[in-house]
Formats: sequence, C-alpha cells, structure tokens
Amino acid sequence: MLLKNIRKIALVSLLVLSFPLGALAEVNLLNVSYDPTRELYQDFNAAFAKYWKKKAGEDVVVKQSHGGSGKQARAVIDGLEADVVTLALAYDIDEIHDKAKLIPENWQKRLPHNSSPYTSTIVFLVRKGNPKKIKDWNDLVKPGVAVITPNPKTSGGARWNYLAAWAYALKQKGGNDAKAKEFVTKLFKNVPVLDSGARGSTTTFVQRGQGDVLLAWENEAFLAVNELGKDKFEIVVPSLSILAEPPVTVVDKVVDRKGTRKVAEEYLKYLYTPEGQELAAKNYYRPIDKKVAAKYAKTFTKVKLITIDEVFGGWRKAQKTHFADGGVFDQIYTPSK
Amino acid sequence: MHLPGRKNRDSTAFAGRGMTEPALVRWFLIASALAFLALFLFVPLAAVFSQALEKGWDAYIEAIREPDALTAIKLTVVTAAIAVPLNLVFGVSAAWAIAKFKFRGKSFLITLIDLPFSVSPVISGLIYVLLFGLQGWLGPWLQEHNVKIIFAVPGIVLATIFVTFPFVARELIPLMEAQGKDEEEAATVLGASGLQTFFRVTLPNVRWGIIYGVILCNARAMGEFGAVSVVSGHIRGSTNTVPLHVEILYNEYNYAAAFAVASLLALLALVTLAVKSVAEWKMRKEA
Repeated sequence: MLLKNIRKIALVSLLVLSFPLGALAEVNLLNVSYDPTRELYQDFNAAFAKYWKKKAGEDVVVKQSHGGSGKQARAVIDGLEADVVTLALAYDIDEIHDKAKLIPENWQKRLPHNSSPYTSTIVFLVRKGNPKKIKDWNDLVKPGVAVITPNPKTSGGARWNYLAAWAYALKQKGGNDAKAKEFVTKLFKNVPVLDSGARGSTTTFVQRGQGDVLLAWENEAFLAVNELGKDKFEIVVPSLSILAEPPVTVVDKVVDRKGTRKVAEEYLKYLYTPEGQELAAKNYYRPIDKKVAAKYAKTFTKVKLITIDEVFGGWRKAQKTHFADGGVFDQIYTPSK
Repeated sequence: MHLPGRKNRDSTAFAGRGMTEPALVRWFLIASALAFLALFLFVPLAAVFSQALEKGWDAYIEAIREPDALTAIKLTVVTAAIAVPLNLVFGVSAAWAIAKFKFRGKSFLITLIDLPFSVSPVISGLIYVLLFGLQGWLGPWLQEHNVKIIFAVPGIVLATIFVTFPFVARELIPLMEAQGKDEEEAATVLGASGLQTFFRVTLPNVRWGIIYGVILCNARAMGEFGAVSVVSGHIRGSTNTVPLHVEILYNEYNYAAAFAVASLLALLALVTLAVKSVAEWKMRKEA
C-alpha cells in the first residue's frame, strides 16, 4: 500500500519536473536587460522569432531578465548565463569585460553606432498642470521640490540623470566643476527616496504619488503617460539633456559554450533593421535609422543633447570620478530625513 | 519565538486574573486589539482581493493561467516540495537530540539553528552567490562541469532551505522539552529499542507540533522573497517564484494581475492560519 503510494508520488513528481523538457526542439536565448526595456523586448522578441523562423526555419524563444542596469551586469558577472546583454550604459558592459572577461575589450566596436541601436535622453515627468512650475534643471534645486530618481550606484538611468544635471550646471554662464558639484548636491538634497532601478522610481512617483518631478528616461516617461493616463502627468523637456546610448552585445563566452552565437548575433543585428528600428520608435526609443527617425520626428521633441564623451571624457572616466566608491556621488549624497 | 508549552500554562493564569479587571478596561483592550488587527491585517487582505478582482473574474483567472505565472507557481511548489521535507527530517532529528539528550556543544547547536532568523535574507542569498557565483569559490569548477546552481532552480532551493531551516526544530524543541523524558524512559525499561521508542512514543507525542512546524515552514518557503531574489536571476518564465513574479507584474503596471497572483499567496496564508489553529487546538486538547 505504502509502496504503491510512493511509486505514484514519484511518477507524478517526475512528470511535473520533466514538463519544461518538452520544449527541447527550440533555441533558447537569454537577454539580460535593464529596467525600462520590458515592453520593447516583449514586442521585439516576438518579431524576431517570426523573422528567424522564416529565415532559418528554427524556433527561437528569447527569455528576458530585467532590473537595474548595474545590478544586471553584476548578475552576469556572477554567472547569469546571458546570451546577449542590452544594458543602459557602456560602463556596465565594460565591467563584464573587466571583472569576468566574458567579452573582449573592444566589444563596443563590433556593431554600428557604438553598439547602440537606439538612443534616448533624460526628461522630466511632472503632475498634470505642472503645479510646481518645473521647466528646467534649475527648478529642481528649489526648496520644497521633491525629486524622484533611482540610485546612481545601481541604476543606469540614474547615472544619466545625474550626469545630465551636472552637464547643465557646467554649461551655465561661469559654470565649472565646483559649481556643478554644488548644483548636483542641492538637487540630491531634494531627493526623498532612491529606488534601485528606473522602474521602481517610476512606480514610486506614479503609483505611490511621491514627489513633484520624476527624472526619467524619455521612453519611460512616455510609457507612464500612455499607460497610466494622459490626464495625470505631463512630460517636460529641459533646455539641455544628455544623449543616452544604451548599448548591446553578445556575451562571447556564453554563446560559444551554448552554441548560440549565430542566432544571438542575428538577434542584435535585427535591432538595426527597419523593422527593429520601427519597434524601438514605437516603444519611444529614438531610432538611429534616418528614415524611421523622420517618420517618428513628431514624437520626439528636439532638444540640445550633450554626449558623455565630449563633457565627461567617456564612461570609464565618468564612472571613476562620480560613481566609484568614494567618488563625487558618495561625497555629496546624504540621505534626507 | 513561539513556545507552546509555556504559553499553555501562562494563558490559564492570565484568564483567572483578567476577570478581576473592570469591564471597561477589558472592552478597551479587546477593542484596541481588534482595531489593530483590522488596520494591519484585514484591510490589506481585503485590498489584495479587491485589487485582484478589479477587472473581474475573467482577468483574474487569465492572470493565473498565464504561462509565466504557471511556471512561477510550479517552481514555487517544487521548491517547497524539496525544502520542506528536508527541513522536516532535519528539524525532527535536531529537536530530538537537543530535547532528549545531553551533549557537549548543545547550546552552540541551538545558536546555529537560530542563525537563519538572525541573518537578513538578502545576506543568505549573497552567501550562495559568493560560494557558487562565477567569481565565487566553486563557480569556475561548477561551470567547467556544466552544473548550474545560482540563477537556476538549485540555487533557489538552497536559499529556501537555508531560510526555512529553523521552523520545524524551533517548534519542536520547547514541546519535547516540556514533555520530558519520562515516557521514553518507561518505554526503554519495558524493553523497547531506541528506534521503537522514537517512532512509537516520541513522534506521536509531538505530531501536532510537527504539523504546525511544517505548515509554517511551508508558508515561508513559498513566500520567501529576499534570499530567492538574490539568487534567481529573474528570468521570466524560468527562475521566477510566485513572490518574484508578483513584483515583476507590479513593475509592469499590470496591477490587477500582480494582485491576482498575490492573492494566491494570501490564500496560502489563510490556509496556513486555519491549519495552524486546528493544530494548536489539538495540541492543547492532548496536552
């Protein structure tokens, strides 16, 4: 009796456990990405699966993992088996080379446009009617304005936010590093809570109703407005912002071990095709393809964009000066009470 | 920690004394306890279910039947199905050793059992990343042999075992200590072997305590967030447990679905509570 039961249980658990193996005949890719790309890759993965089925006759299932960009890079370094990473900024991918040697040092040269198939920028999201009259960066340091941004230590978007604010202060009349530091210090005095990723901050601002202004990726701001009501939020584009280039790469050691290099490379290349660009634009990323960009020109406000290379001398330098342990951010940020 | 043996004695003492307080004081105390419960338990519980059903039953069923949600549910069940029996065996043996025998290092063993309670779950997860991560001690060797521990199911199971490891033992130790060794000694004198004594005397005496411990252990195993979050890798449709899936849905502005899946955890809590009350009631009746 008992034996029979045990056998039954064993059989059932075996069936349950073997269920995922049923789908062995397909290629599996894992795309480790940052927070706000969920909707983009949901669309893109479906489109790519169709494209690949037609082209190579193979079923491909792309799985997604999302989180703060720095945290995601850390997970890949610790062994999360990503075939491709699509992160918020180049430095996080540099780390994958520096700390784990999973990719070559020149990874960013392998695909066009610094391996960034789409770009974005940082804008402000404010509550309907803009009650605090927030128009530009200097409005953020006024007393009584609560600014929501994620933590630059873990979030890529937050690092772009920080650097955009810094660049704004630098480009003002008589601006220099000392003044920029003072400006950013004041700004972070107005930050009541630091979430670990961009999506967490958006939820804090949108769902929990904290803060007067959210510093957000342009795509994230559009998404919040469209998903959660045009009658509740407004996008404010500041006078100057930063050109954010979220880069992509295959993770060589992983694809070579798994034997997925070809399809992983095709996956990233597909981002650069008109179809891929169209999907990026539809999800509010600025396309780099001229034709697609022209088609969606109305969506994206023209704004003066500085680049990280011209103002900060590239990501490695910016990271070291501002975000490394003991860097400028550590010196200026004291959690507000 | 919960100490069933001691509580029984205390509660009878309190009941006698409570009657001497003026009615007003008694009512005030009861009312404030109820208000507190309402505020921190019933209102959130009601909120979970009302949010879950915001878009109607169809959307609710849909959210739970969605493939990623089903994978999450399956992973959670598998994890608990491995972690709970292991912790049951461990908990019973540890409690038996501690309550019925004297040996060197006993208090050290008790401290060890309590360790997962005193360590933050995030740290519990990070221990495994440090150990099995690609940059960790065993990581490179594991990768060479194509064994995946963290960012895969084994890591999730390990983290869950660690976090839920004290529940059964902690439940049984005070109970076994309160029962003393008299019955075991009688059994031995009557000629029972060690194993016979254990299975015929010790175990039946604590069976409701075991059920109580297992149900708490299971609730925590299924609900654990922190430790599992660190080792999961958050791959949709493969390494997300139910609590992690809830967070993902919430972050995707999919509030109704998030609360629908969360309501499963709330239901689990209610079932746990019910079984726990029955176990407690039986325990008291038999004590």
